[in-house]
Amino acid sequence: MKKLQSTSDMEKLRKELLQKKDSSKSCISICSGTGCHAYGCEKVVSAFEEELKKQKLKCKVEIKRTGCHGFCEKGPIVVIYPEEICYLQVKIEDVTDIVSQTIKAGKIIDRLLYTDLKTGKKVVHESEIPFYKNQTRLIFGNNRKIESKNIGDYIALDGYNALVKALSERTPEKVLEEIKKANLRGRGGGGFPAGIKWESVRNALGEPKYVIVNCDEGDPGAYMDRSLMEGNPHSVIEGLIIGAYAIGSHEGYIYVRQEYPLAVENTELAIKQAEEYGLLGKDILGSGFDFTIKIHRGAGAFVSGESSALMSAIEGKVGEPRPKYIHTSEKGLWDKPTCLNNVETWANVPFIINKGADWFRNMGTDNSKGTKIFSLVGNVNNTGLVEVPMGITLREIIYDIGGGIPNGKKFKAVQTGGPSGGCIPESQLDLPVDFDELNKVGSMMGSGGMIVMDEDTCMVDIARYFVKFLSQESCGKCTPCREGLRHMLRILDDITSGKATEEDIKRLEELSEVVKEASLCALGQTAPNPVLSTLKYFRDEYEAHLQGECPAKACKELIQYYIDPEKCKGCGLCLKKCPVGAISGEKKGVHTIDVEKCIKCGACFEVCNLDAVSKISSKERK
Amino acid sequence: MKNVSLTIDGKNVQAEEGTTVIQAAQQAGITIPNLCHDDRFEPYGACRFCMVEIEKNGRKKLVASCCYPVEEGLVVDTKTEKVENIRKMLIELLLAVSPSGSHTELAKEYGIKESRFKLESSPETPCDLCGLCVRYCTEIKKKNAVCFVGRGVDRTVALVPVASDGCSSCRECFDVCDAGKMVYLVEMLQEISCPPLKSKFYQNL
Repeated sequence: MKKLQSTSDMEKLRKELLQKKDSSKSCISICSGTGCHAYGCEKVVSAFEEELKKQKLKCKVEIKRTGCHGFCEKGPIVVIYPEEICYLQVKIEDVTDIVSQTIKAGKIIDRLLYTDLKTGKKVVHESEIPFYKNQTRLIFGNNRKIESKNIGDYIALDGYNALVKALSERTPEKVLEEIKKANLRGRGGGGFPAGIKWESVRNALGEPKYVIVNCDEGDPGAYMDRSLMEGNPHSVIEGLIIGAYAIGSHEGYIYVRQEYPLAVENTELAIKQAEEYGLLGKDILGSGFDFTIKIHRGAGAFVSGESSALMSAIEGKVGEPRPKYIHTSEKGLWDKPTCLNNVETWANVPFIINKGADWFRNMGTDNSKGTKIFSLVGNVNNTGLVEVPMGITLREIIYDIGGGIPNGKKFKAVQTGGPSGGCIPESQLDLPVDFDELNKVGSMMGSGGMIVMDEDTCMVDIARYFVKFLSQESCGKCTPCREGLRHMLRILDDITSGKATEEDIKRLEELSEVVKEASLCALGQTAPNPVLSTLKYFRDEYEAHLQGECPAKACKELIQYYIDPEKCKGCGLCLKKCPVGAISGEKKGVHTIDVEKCIKCGACFEVCNLDAVSKISSKERK
Repeated sequence: MKNVSLTIDGKNVQAEEGTTVIQAAQQAGITIPNLCHDDRFEPYGACRFCMVEIEKNGRKKLVASCCYPVEEGLVVDTKTEKVENIRKMLIELLLAVSPSGSHTELAKEYGIKESRFKLESSPETPCDLCGLCVRYCTEIKKKNAVCFVGRGVDRTVALVPVASDGCSSCRECFDVCDAGKMVYLVEMLQEISCPPLKSKFYQNL
């Protein structure tokens, strides 16, 4: 590839790429995100390649390995273009049928289509599936259209057009103005206006200036940044180059966690491609602007996602936060002015430059503009990544996109903002989702984790789970976070095992306040959120535990398993499943559980087809 | 260097620009409790005892005075109810780790005899993880032989076997340790005198 020398070279290339594209040619696009990889999409791809060869269709049909489509629950996802026929949970055995029936004969295979949960009707096109239909896929939309490892695909879809625009038509100041006007707020959780951050780095004294992409996503259950970095790395790189141009930086870093091997691989490749095309390096597109990017692989600490800790890690030191009374925009990486933004924030930039700040401001609420990607997980029918305009209600996300709660269970709470977010109860479900509203109810936007919980979830146990996670991930530098979380966890352990008193809850509240106010970094300052928010909305559950009762029947120490003699038909399934031989009974006779032997693993409860096994409170021991 | 004027506990204080609130207070004879501050090292902000309440543009905020730079017109209160409550809680938390150590002096000052939190069952160490020894070795001696290992509650001070050459003759970190030359340092001493080859990994090298 010859380096592109000017912005007109770029336009020429784009035209060539579009001309080369044969729109009549069928294309099988297979999701190759990490979720679908786990489902075995690579084998499906190979099966398609073989089958096309066998049926002599190889030159007529194109195969594309795309980024994550988001509907991870139903992977591997296969979409056939130009018709946009969407097949879900495709197995190797389905491949022959798809090629001979759909590709060759144009017939649709019903069994592989999505079935609407409400109407029971089959849905043919990907965009008509309710999960997708109710989203606004701005940043994430191109993920499913392009091959992640192919820069040409990105360029053909107007990729790097914003960079061309910025370099050829605008001064750095004008680019900065546009981002400020758009009021793009940091997608990593803080919600700080990106334009203002850029401006302070630009105006700060000291050279060189650095720009950084934070892809150290570590929240349990969240993977928005990973999917973007894996699926469409060029969109993030383009945003970063534009940002660097506006700020006056010539060196950038992409901090990707080591646990995201595919993201590391695709980003490395994308940087190499961009260098070959002359989109990175010296004199980018003949503009005179120089910019290079290096990748830094994180060594797996949650706390390294905190900006100052992340910078320490890049410097080769231990990833520990440092006080930020002097902002990193003045003294950041190697004490130089540094602008750090999250993956999604950078990916927003090309859209704002392409379509303008006014267009961007049309989406969202007064103070939160644009869209936000959430990873919708937990007790919800449609698990996956969703992108929605700011201001959409939690109810719309959970019920219209997520398809509600499975197995006819009742909704209990939704936890937003990652481990240090808060739990929001049903009474707040009509809350418009934006940075400020979520803060008001004691939670936060965070980087976009959204965990839905049904009636079987114990809120004290959930608070305990998150505090445990955070106490393990605390760096241990400052006293309140290190020692405070240790004791918060102990108190929560006591409550969930029925050993606590009213006094302990008071102590927990008091301690939570100190950890929140005195901790050094945001990890500690927000760590008590799960406790404080569950105490606020579900205090009755805490109090029930003091009486030795877990209302959700989730806390092992406070329940026991019981076989209802009226319902038990003596099938012996539970007896076979029990790993400790705690169940006894004659064939076709009523079975019983020896509570002394029982380890409360729940295997009998899961396996019983007659609902004869139930969880009862230890207090009502039969 | 320019001087700025600020108010600490109602007292007008002059301080050089670039210094921290705790330094300005010390110069004015006001003591702010702390375990990890030392003028020789970079501001660290770990023990959180030096939290003070500041007022800026009419808004109150809690900050660590060992890291917060002085500003013209800044109003600092070192003993509000909020900060005193934080200090008392921190004392209780550290007493639960160890009934000895430099925090015991603060405990006496605040009249706290025992902690409401469960005492650690692990061997008693007076170490408050203030990092003075680590920072001395890193920033002053530039040897990086004393360091932290472990994360969160597992954090502890250790010697880096490979870097500890010449360590046994130096021992200057002993003098910076406020916890006194007690159990903890004896442990360290043992490590120094029978250095690196403790683990199998190094023996096999």
